[in-house]
Amino acid sequence: MKYLIGLTLFAVSFGAAAVPEIQHWRTENGARVYFVEAHEIPILQLSIAFDAGSARDPASRSGLAHLTSLMLDEGAGKLSSDAIANRLDSVGAEFGSNNGRDMSVVDLRSLSDPKILDVAVGVFAEIVANPKFPEDALGREKDRALVRLAQKKQSPQEVVQTEFYASLFSTHPYANPAEGDEAGVKALTRADLVAFHKRYFTGGNAVVAIVGDLTRRDAERIAATVVGGLPAGSAPPPLASVKALEKAKEKSIEFPSSQSHVLLGQTGITRGDPDYFPLYIGNYVLGGSGLVSRLSVEIREKRGLAYSVYSYFLPMRELGPYLIGLQTRNDQVSLAVAVVQDTVERFVAEGPTEAELEAAKKNLTGGFPLKLDSTKKIAANILNIAFYGLPLDYLNTYTENIERVTRDQVRDAFKRRVDPKRLVRVIVGDQNA
Amino acid sequence: MARRSVLAILVCMTGLVMGTGSAAALQPDQQVIEKTLDNGLKVLVKPDHRAPVVVSQVWYKVGSSDEPAGLTGLSHVLEHMMFKGTQELGPNEFSRIIAANGGRENAFTGRDYTAYFQRIASGRLEICFRLEADRMQNLKIEEEEFRKEVEVVKEERRLRTDDRPESLTYEKFMATAYREHKYRNPIIGWPQDLESMTVKDLRDWYEKWYAPNNATLVVVGDVEPEVVFELAQKHFGPIERRKVAPRANEAEPEHGGPRRVSVEAPAQVPYLLMGYRVPVIENADSDDWEPYALEILAYILDGGKSARLSTELVRNQQIVSSVGAGYDPTARAATQFLFDANPNPGKNIANVERAIRAEIKRVQTDLVSDQELARVKAQIVANKIYERDSVFYQAMKLGGLETVGLDWRLEQKMTERLRAVTAEQVKKVASKYLVDQNLTVAVLVPGAKSPAKES
Repeated sequence: MKYLIGLTLFAVSFGAAAVPEIQHWRTENGARVYFVEAHEIPILQLSIAFDAGSARDPASRSGLAHLTSLMLDEGAGKLSSDAIANRLDSVGAEFGSNNGRDMSVVDLRSLSDPKILDVAVGVFAEIVANPKFPEDALGREKDRALVRLAQKKQSPQEVVQTEFYASLFSTHPYANPAEGDEAGVKALTRADLVAFHKRYFTGGNAVVAIVGDLTRRDAERIAATVVGGLPAGSAPPPLASVKALEKAKEKSIEFPSSQSHVLLGQTGITRGDPDYFPLYIGNYVLGGSGLVSRLSVEIREKRGLAYSVYSYFLPMRELGPYLIGLQTRNDQVSLAVAVVQDTVERFVAEGPTEAELEAAKKNLTGGFPLKLDSTKKIAANILNIAFYGLPLDYLNTYTENIERVTRDQVRDAFKRRVDPKRLVRVIVGDQNA
Repeated sequence: MARRSVLAILVCMTGLVMGTGSAAALQPDQQVIEKTLDNGLKVLVKPDHRAPVVVSQVWYKVGSSDEPAGLTGLSHVLEHMMFKGTQELGPNEFSRIIAANGGRENAFTGRDYTAYFQRIASGRLEICFRLEADRMQNLKIEEEEFRKEVEVVKEERRLRTDDRPESLTYEKFMATAYREHKYRNPIIGWPQDLESMTVKDLRDWYEKWYAPNNATLVVVGDVEPEVVFELAQKHFGPIERRKVAPRANEAEPEHGGPRRVSVEAPAQVPYLLMGYRVPVIENADSDDWEPYALEILAYILDGGKSARLSTELVRNQQIVSSVGAGYDPTARAATQFLFDANPNPGKNIANVERAIRAEIKRVQTDLVSDQELARVKAQIVANKIYERDSVFYQAMKLGGLETVGLDWRLEQKMTERLRAVTAEQVKKVASKYLVDQNLTVAVLVPGAKSPAKES
């Protein structure tokens, strides 16, 4: 029981408005800091995001951002990999690092007791600023990364995702997996990691989110410490823009599985896109509301074709994907795809009904406090707001922005942004079944 | 990490979203108030006023380990059918009402329990109670809905087990580790049982177990206990107590030496799963220290990156790409102390098993160091505080303990008991239980049919 961490949800109080008050400042080396004070529990959640996701991987080095992220705590400053692990574990602190396509993130969770926090923050600051990337550890972590890439190949879910991004984004860096590919990982050298870290792990390229049991003064001191070892540097130039999909693309991959995994979709939206709210609400109705979405009703409720069917926009720095996914017994895949196609076409043509729109708004506004019921979620929310340059009152105006969306706006936005006749379609499964 | 991956398999979830000011605190936070209604429904409330949200969970004392041969998967299919309508509500209407109130809902079935939950703004708790009380007594299980839903469950089985080589290995592991006890059966059921299951089986199962006196209602969040008890009385109070048979808990014969099984599947990477049969906490008040010592042992081996398995097998010897150890001391019957690992390229399963056994030998031979023990205890204290950050998790713990027959008060004693464990006790449990007499090993052998070809 106690390890069911995936289900864990958190809650922090932010007074009557249920929206955290975000304090903002810059460190001397230019890092932007966003802080929410919450004293109910003596803990701290700290995250730093760098514009250093896999979209920054050089062409022949797919996996560089990922390995850099993995190698941060494998020796830093005067501390060995073992010494780092020992120090953090001995005070019950938790360090994490990961990367997506847009960003690389380092996290720290610690008790706020100053004696403990000083140890945790001290180690964390070294990890962020002075990683050593030792050769032997790099060899080992490359091997481990290659095993995980091999494991992805045994999962039809992973195979369909990888292939979908490759087909949709074609020559754009978003086409590559955040974890890189075999050739890229194999080619990586220590010098690649050192250069990547030097270029992208800078104050000017960092966003820091801190949530927890700290005063503003302590938060300022901690922020200055965790990024203090970084040069000022600058943000990298913008990524190339994503080209809209010109025509439909279909791909089938033979896989020895009992189900076929299907992904349909096209290019979607950026963070801060003017169509964000109409599309978000529309998608809630179409495939974003679990058991009650149109897709779930058609595929699962009425026909029992799949356990899971869903759709979502993943807004990114440049146009992220719009995805519709399901998995079904191999011999039912044509039927399932036809039902999805029909459901999407009908939705794009007609938009939501008035009742559907109302139900969506009630869910999204009524459920708003649940979006912020964890220190981790609050930190992730403010990190996203800051990283993507959304207005600082984004959370305060969220409910209002949902409320004011009309049926016409949803229908209009879907018509302009989702063309059901021009989709990428990838199917992974046993086609002879 | 084994703890996470293995336990994730133990729990089957249905539902698929894989995707105001606090009231003055009359009742201090972090205190559990218990009340049992006249019909036997136990209600546990833990106020937590940090955010205007609440989690409501209904736990039934029935899970896959209660299922007779030939009817495996029944508890989980019934869990799905609980969303398919009552005398009052049509199929899926439960979910629509919760969604329209801004709520999130789901349900999960384990070997020892079936549970349903909603997370919602705290002012809307009564809606959850009304709906849960309705489906506790008025469920309508219709043939047509069942026919469709059992197909959904078969798809779920394909997704979670059949097409996942490591899950398949775990399923075979459990079926090998237990001969008599129903822990040997998968929660989601064997495929042939899902084929033969009937609507009558489900109706009987519902009649047999879904009674207020076989359930626990757990509420954690921005609420006052007295108000919760009143609402519980109003909605659940009128439901009649029913006779519920005692739960089966088959005696498992002596393990009698190592058992091995291998699973061939279209995989790329071999996988090793080793488990030793170990005891669980029998009684919340018992002074039996062994389960607590086993849990400390799990931390010594796999409590963070500085723990022994990661330090030795991943970083020093570089034999594995991943490794974990885990133990859950709360279950209705003897459980497994698990190890799992994937070998690095150039290493094989035998290398990995030997290395894990060497680490076991070490904890059996030498006392763990004071420094390691201090580290583990610091982590336990920290985790205890991190847990307070999650209303959902707090509710999970209370409901889980109660449903396996342990007093929820154990939750508050657990940390103290873990902190009392000595290095000698860790050595003793390792020597007593992590022995071949108790061992089961399952190995995933990547098969000839290898993925994936383009066309």
